[in-house]
Amino acid sequence: MMTMPVDMSTTLGNAWFPHPIFTASGCASSGKELAQFFDLKDIGAVVTKSVMNKPRHGRPTPRMAETPSGMLNSIGLQGPGIDAFLATDVPWLLEQKARVIVSIAGETIEEYSTLARKLRSVSGISAVEVNISCPNVENRGMVFACDPDASRRVIDGVRKAIGGELPIIAKLSPDVTNLPDIAKGVVDAGADALALINTVLGMVINIDTMRTHLGGKTGGLSGPAIRPIAVRAIYQVHAALPQIPILGMGGVASGRDALELILAGASGVSVGTASFGNPSAPIAIQNELRDLLAQRGFTTLKDAVGYAHREASI
Amino acid sequence: MATINKSSAQLMATLVSNKRVGAYHQLLLNVGDLVKSCKPGNFVAIKVGGDSSKMILRRAFAISRVSDISQYGGTMELIVAPHGSGSKWLCSQVEGTEIDIIAPLGTAFGIPTQPINALLIGGGYGSAPLFGLADVLKSRGCKVDMLLGASIGSKIYAPMEGKRSVNSLKIYTEDGSMGETGRVTEPLLDIIAQRNIDVVYSCGPMGMLRAITELVADSDVIHQCAVEEAMACGVGICMTCVLPVKNDDGTTSMLRSCIDGPVMDGSRVRWDLVGKVPEAQ
Repeated sequence: MMTMPVDMSTTLGNAWFPHPIFTASGCASSGKELAQFFDLKDIGAVVTKSVMNKPRHGRPTPRMAETPSGMLNSIGLQGPGIDAFLATDVPWLLEQKARVIVSIAGETIEEYSTLARKLRSVSGISAVEVNISCPNVENRGMVFACDPDASRRVIDGVRKAIGGELPIIAKLSPDVTNLPDIAKGVVDAGADALALINTVLGMVINIDTMRTHLGGKTGGLSGPAIRPIAVRAIYQVHAALPQIPILGMGGVASGRDALELILAGASGVSVGTASFGNPSAPIAIQNELRDLLAQRGFTTLKDAVGYAHREASI
Repeated sequence: MATINKSSAQLMATLVSNKRVGAYHQLLLNVGDLVKSCKPGNFVAIKVGGDSSKMILRRAFAISRVSDISQYGGTMELIVAPHGSGSKWLCSQVEGTEIDIIAPLGTAFGIPTQPINALLIGGGYGSAPLFGLADVLKSRGCKVDMLLGASIGSKIYAPMEGKRSVNSLKIYTEDGSMGETGRVTEPLLDIIAQRNIDVVYSCGPMGMLRAITELVADSDVIHQCAVEEAMACGVGICMTCVLPVKNDDGTTSMLRSCIDGPVMDGSRVRWDLVGKVPEAQ
């Protein structure tokens, strides 16, 4: 069967990407290791691991538990701090001609603003992901994305610090009662796009020690087990805010899964946990997605975004 | 910061042999020319459970030895204990099955340029990669002594052909069912006092590695150990397999055992902080 070539390019805010598959923050480190398995410039962008202002050790081990079709992680934002990250990791990615979305995380609203100020002067990055939904923090009150007002204030601070150029992608948690409300709040505060979804808070108890398995007790559930939650979250938010681009993620392990998120309303799709099992997953999924779009008669990826929302008669 | 093993590649390897050896399975994978880049201490990350599996993460196994002169061409040997659902799946695979592997991964044991006196200490199936290491050390003119320990005799892995690679082999079991009764670390202080070893190479449970580090601490003996920590990816992107390791400036970093290990300098690992978090940087 002859198929038409598909225009796979996409946009998030004013950032244009030639390809629609991205890494997920926290699942690619800063890209160096995955570069052993595929050319980083062949995907949409590398979304780097959420970086904080200061270097951070993260949580104690064990940090991982495999669960049916998923895993819990409890890393706790281990990282080198923004200064070391900007000095080494970003220049390396740009040398590879990879597009870069820098993910930032803070303990306070001020820390997010500080991080944004430091990013303002960095040339070559495509967007900033503001991770306000990492579940692996000591104080659940720090999960800004569970609080509509705190979410707005973080994004407002980042928008003021970063100026008007760099697109802001707010990464939200599905662990909330009314996700579209929180999404509207951060968009009003200046977010150009939304990243949906972060991991879902979970726990495993070891029945031999009869204690919680993870050093940090709770962890974030990821992998195919959470994909239906991601599809639901993207669908709901796209219905409420059809003009706001969504970077979709949550258990995507195949081109079929990526297409499902796009049909729900995602303009791009991040591959996270699938890279742990298969480090070439992002590029494999991108190729499968292209074929699936072509087989369905789409000539551009953009036409498929939110296609599941169309009227019943169409 | 260390980088991923530049020789690592993802490929389908044919399982050419699967034999039960005591409590373990000896698996041979045909990996072709990849054997040329595998060094003692490196590990392999294997996809388990088949395509529709609910197990989404690879399993890491030490490469026990490689051969490029076997009847199957370049082969990699693994000694696997069928403990969890992933290793049980792997041990149940029949010869001829295609296995999705990434190898070689991680750091390797340092091989001296001069002939030295080496003591190899293995706990349980941790002995497996030490036989491949012994071959290399012998070929460099080193004296190679080996101590193996386990809780019970059936958990000692000491193949006949492996014994030819070592000058001496002593076995310890906690229940006395094979060799001497006791722990493998018991003779270590006396051996150090006799001043006839330069380097200890070890592989086994973390408690054993920590005990060896403490026993050699007041001597000039270098301790290279292959650590074991739960990994999700094996390639350095998940940050789950970290260990607290001392830096030159006295600070401590949480290093990935898949990238900065599995072979580490035992004296650098902050064993007291494993499972804890160092003070803020």
